[in-house]
Amino acid sequence: MTSPDNLPEVPDAQVPDVPKAPEPPVVRRGMFGAQDSGDTSGYGGLVVRRAPQLSTPRPYGGYFDEIVDTLALDDAIERVVVDRGELTLHVKRERLVEVAQKLRDDPALRFELSLGVSGVHYPHLVGEELHAVYHLCSITHNRRVRLEVSCPDADPHIPSTVGVYPGHDWHERETYDFFGIVFDGHPGLTRIMMPDDWDGHPQRKDYPLGGIPVEYRGATIPSPDRRRYYS
Amino acid sequence: MSTSYDEATEGKVYSVNGADWDQVVTGVRDSEEERLVVNMGPQHPSTHGVLRLVLTLDGETVTEARGVIGYLHTGIEKNMEYRTWTQGTTFVTRMDYLSPIFNETAYCLGVEKLLGITDRVPARAQAIRVMMMELNRISSHLVAMGTFGMELGATTPFLFGYRDREMVMDLFEYITGLRMNHAYVRPGGVSVDLPAGAVDKVGEFLKEMPKRIKDIRKLLDENPVYVRRTKDVAYLDLTGCMALGVTGPILRAAGLPWDLRKSQPYCGYETYEFDVATERGCDVYSRYLVRMKEMEESLKIIEQALDRIAGDLKGQPVMIEDKKIGWPAQLALGPDGYGNSPDHIAHIMGTSMEALIHHFKLVTEGFRVPAGQAYASIESPKGELGAHVVSDGGTRPYRVHFREPSFCNLQSFPAMAEGGQVADVIAAVASIDPVMGGVDR
Repeated sequence: MTSPDNLPEVPDAQVPDVPKAPEPPVVRRGMFGAQDSGDTSGYGGLVVRRAPQLSTPRPYGGYFDEIVDTLALDDAIERVVVDRGELTLHVKRERLVEVAQKLRDDPALRFELSLGVSGVHYPHLVGEELHAVYHLCSITHNRRVRLEVSCPDADPHIPSTVGVYPGHDWHERETYDFFGIVFDGHPGLTRIMMPDDWDGHPQRKDYPLGGIPVEYRGATIPSPDRRRYYS
Repeated sequence: MSTSYDEATEGKVYSVNGADWDQVVTGVRDSEEERLVVNMGPQHPSTHGVLRLVLTLDGETVTEARGVIGYLHTGIEKNMEYRTWTQGTTFVTRMDYLSPIFNETAYCLGVEKLLGITDRVPARAQAIRVMMMELNRISSHLVAMGTFGMELGATTPFLFGYRDREMVMDLFEYITGLRMNHAYVRPGGVSVDLPAGAVDKVGEFLKEMPKRIKDIRKLLDENPVYVRRTKDVAYLDLTGCMALGVTGPILRAAGLPWDLRKSQPYCGYETYEFDVATERGCDVYSRYLVRMKEMEESLKIIEQALDRIAGDLKGQPVMIEDKKIGWPAQLALGPDGYGNSPDHIAHIMGTSMEALIHHFKLVTEGFRVPAGQAYASIESPKGELGAHVVSDGGTRPYRVHFREPSFCNLQSFPAMAEGGQVADVIAAVASIDPVMGGVDR
């Protein structure tokens, strides 16, 4: 029934020249990873793209709309995600301090209590591999919000929020220690959990679990799986 | 002992080993400089574990204090990324080893939020969680009180605290099989139902414990030595608490009735009747009073939870009905001393191949958790314990981070100790009640 002849004619001029949304990067091509031989499976042309970064459309529900409206810094916020009853604001890293300051000081927001900084490493998100996640709590209004900031692995810098929330001192040191995110403006960004001369940042996904020799007082102690065994 | 140091930058360095304290005292007396930097810890009986305090002293006054942590870092968060979601409970229970049930519950609430099954967790499981958490709160506060007394030089509170805590430990052993590191709370419920006789044992505990708390109160509440060592010591007011992100008894001792059990209830806390303990002193003594009051309130909650467990909720399931999440076996202690479920074993070994496959997959591979992140927080004895749980849709956590109350509260110790006496540093740290297993994870 629907042959091209049967469709109404649309002059080309009426189709507006909409710029296409940039397609998310390709994660995988083909099915079985065979590149050098003829793929007879029929899946040779398969293209798997990364899942798009979603933003939640308005209304967000509950008090979430009110928070975003009162904050009124839409140009500083990349995305707003509402998931599992929690509001996440993805903030541009250069505007983080400004957003945090307003969240803390605005009488209608009043997020006085910060619950610290947590890092997450997403090696597959090219250009925004390292994330710092801040959970804030408002005691005045009994509300919660989550800020998420990302930075590329090649330039792991995020402005420090110790000036806004002094309690972030140790949290930022911890995140630096484990993920290598440099918090610019931190009063003394040193390692906190690992020894001062430790190589690497253990919570990154490319850092192995175990298998690391330990140096102690000049002597190198091999990792358990490489020690001599007696059997 | 020869230590290499740069005398020009560090000043005169004395290395103290064992009994050569006299030598240091002589050296300091003869020197011109008043300032003395002392390393307290990481191996010091009064620092609550492997915590190192760097104190700059001017005579008896602390002019600068810094805490150094990381001596007990065990990589729990990293390890969890290599185990299934259910196995995660066996890791988190070891973080703050004095309040294992709280660690497990915070983690499990986070996982349940990710799975979207928060409302489907059986009521009996929630009541058991509440009862176990409040028992745990009492045992944790008793240790806080006991070690506190000992660090100030009084051994009787220590003996009282540990003697009474033993009653809770016995209950835990009877119910979960272990005194600590229980891994009792699991995503979807709890691992096993209460064994026969547990309700009676908790009932006996409820009769005995008020007397014990009264004993400690008699010993300390009006004790002139204790009061003078604690009153107006390590002052931290509400502004300081808020700025440094301090929660728990320290915050409530500054006058703010902020308790997540009331303000953002979980596990059905909104249905229990209890009061939030507050004090206005902002000092060590107020924190002590808050903890004592909380123990008494915990007893009320345990009583209410026990009534429900023995009454309306009797015989109901303790694990979510969803066969894709809850482990199928209803374990009970067998005659061989191991937890077993004879009916279930007969079913999977004798009658149903599919049930065997299902059991095998669920136990070895685990269940999948939809991608996303969630934050669940509960009121632990030390303050707000939060679990930030991230999943990529797999059978293992992508990242788990704990907002440990001990870690955050310990940051406030310089604010409490600076400008005070050396002896009050001990009182300040003890009133924070940090557990290094939780701080360093």
